[in-house]
Amino acid sequence: MVSRMSMYLEMLRIRFLMMLAYRTNYYSGILIYSINIGAYYFLWQAIYGGQESIQDLSIVQMTTYVAIAWMARAFYFNNIDREIAQEIQEGKVAVEMIRPYNYLGMKTMQGLGEGLFRLLFFSVPGMVIVWLVFPISFSNDLSIWGLFFISLMFSFIVNTQINLITGILTFFLLYNTGLIRAKRVVIDLFSGLLLPISFYPMWAQDIMTFLPFQAISYIPSMIFTEGFTGGEVYSALLLQLMWSVILFVPITLLWMSARRRLIVQGG
Amino acid sequence: MNVIEVHGLKKQFKSYSSRKGLGGAFRDLLTRNYTILNAVDDITLNVKQGEMVAYIGENGAGKSTTIKMLTGILTPTAGEVRVNGMDPHKQREAFVRTIGVVFGQRSQLWWDIAVQESFRLLKKVYRLSDEHYDTHMKEVIDTLEIEPLLDKPVRKLSLGQRMRCELAAALIHNPPLLFLDEPTIGLDVLVKMKIREFLKEINRKYKTTILLTTHDLSDIEALCERVVLLDEGKIIYDGALDKLQQNWVEGKQVHFEFQKPVEKNALIELTADFPVKWRAGDKMRGWQATVDGDDDTVSKLMAKVMSHYSISDVKLNQVSTEEIIRNIYEEGMRHG
Repeated sequence: MVSRMSMYLEMLRIRFLMMLAYRTNYYSGILIYSINIGAYYFLWQAIYGGQESIQDLSIVQMTTYVAIAWMARAFYFNNIDREIAQEIQEGKVAVEMIRPYNYLGMKTMQGLGEGLFRLLFFSVPGMVIVWLVFPISFSNDLSIWGLFFISLMFSFIVNTQINLITGILTFFLLYNTGLIRAKRVVIDLFSGLLLPISFYPMWAQDIMTFLPFQAISYIPSMIFTEGFTGGEVYSALLLQLMWSVILFVPITLLWMSARRRLIVQGG
Repeated sequence: MNVIEVHGLKKQFKSYSSRKGLGGAFRDLLTRNYTILNAVDDITLNVKQGEMVAYIGENGAGKSTTIKMLTGILTPTAGEVRVNGMDPHKQREAFVRTIGVVFGQRSQLWWDIAVQESFRLLKKVYRLSDEHYDTHMKEVIDTLEIEPLLDKPVRKLSLGQRMRCELAAALIHNPPLLFLDEPTIGLDVLVKMKIREFLKEINRKYKTTILLTTHDLSDIEALCERVVLLDEGKIIYDGALDKLQQNWVEGKQVHFEFQKPVEKNALIELTADFPVKWRAGDKMRGWQATVDGDDDTVSKLMAKVMSHYSISDVKLNQVSTEEIIRNIYEEGMRHG
């Protein structure tokens, strides 16, 4: 158990090194995220106009929502679906199969390494800049921060699970770029990153309660902006936990079937 | 004790073929034509501990597919596989700890980071003690002379440098069984020699069993006593390398280089009494005679040819392994 842990930690370290090897990506990432936050800030200002609040969210809460949603995205977002697809298409998955570890576990660890790197070197400094420029309210309540980080951990888990499913589907589709792109748009849209779920029409909200996407962005952002209060917070966390458990089932089934039909492409 | 026990191993691939034209493309959307290809067809093979076995065959003969089944990457369609006493596919995680694999055409090091970082990760992956790593790996690093490469990222290494690092990575846990899939592909002679020496060394020292596929027959001559020849998924020869040489051709090869162009028919006519086969040589006006007889016959043949034509050069050789293999590929197995 201890040695397994140290193997995973080593993988985290390697991913840190890899992120550092590509510094330009890192700098351009900061720029893109700042532009996004800025653009949504001005968009929401225009939408609010003179109104005090829309759907129970004040303009300050809304700005905070946008900023925190993007900063959280830096943590939970990763490219392991694309990496898995690439490794399958190039036949590199063969090399992974001769290693005495769980491939999906290792990929998750790489995603976590990427996420932590961005959280520390990207979200935190980025948040300071955003806080200086835009009117954002941070909670003084430590328990809100604690709940937010728990919720953020679940965001990572659910998003990574969806990425794993998308990645493994490459075994069956062999060419997967379209699906990966579609998945990214669906997550940005239905997770509450671009628009809080409560802003959607009722029928769309009803559908979304049956989908795992709101566990990715909407829930942690609402907790942070104190859009959820009291019992709502705990039932939201419970929903995240439920999805983390449920999504294990399709992953396990897909992986078992993928292992059986593994064809190493390219010789 | 057998390290590898394979019985009746089969692997079938479905390969889809596309129909012609636009209409065909639409029909392909609904139902697809496929053919079943037997990549590996009923192979039975046993390898003992400490053996160095060359697994050879033409491109597409099923070599890599076999290796992938032996290493647990692919599931066999039928047949039994026991390697190191385990089922490679079902007991994957435990099994792969006991093997090392090098794919000549695929890197298993992390591309963007320094070689030593990859080694460090592998050390954790295989749960090696510092002690084991320091003693065993230091030796490997010294023998392969990769010490100065350790702090360079893999993408900056030359092919020869990378290959030596790959080999070191595959041996980090000192596995009793090593699979090498075309380990010397694209390497220069010096690196090849270094790698061969190294493989011999670990085979001698740790009794490491080595199964390698290659297209470079000098690899086999340098390393392996046993050869397994594969053709269209079937084993057509399994035995000692020198026996293959003996069985296939007794006799010698004579390379003639004539001063003037010579017709093949004229040569055949001239040497009609001899058990000889003529083939155009590598050089201009060069012809190569493979004589199936004793030294006496050979010298008589040479005398006859040289008395009829002016010769600028003549060479007398044993039939090379390459020649034998080429004959087998072209004509199939007849002898032995």
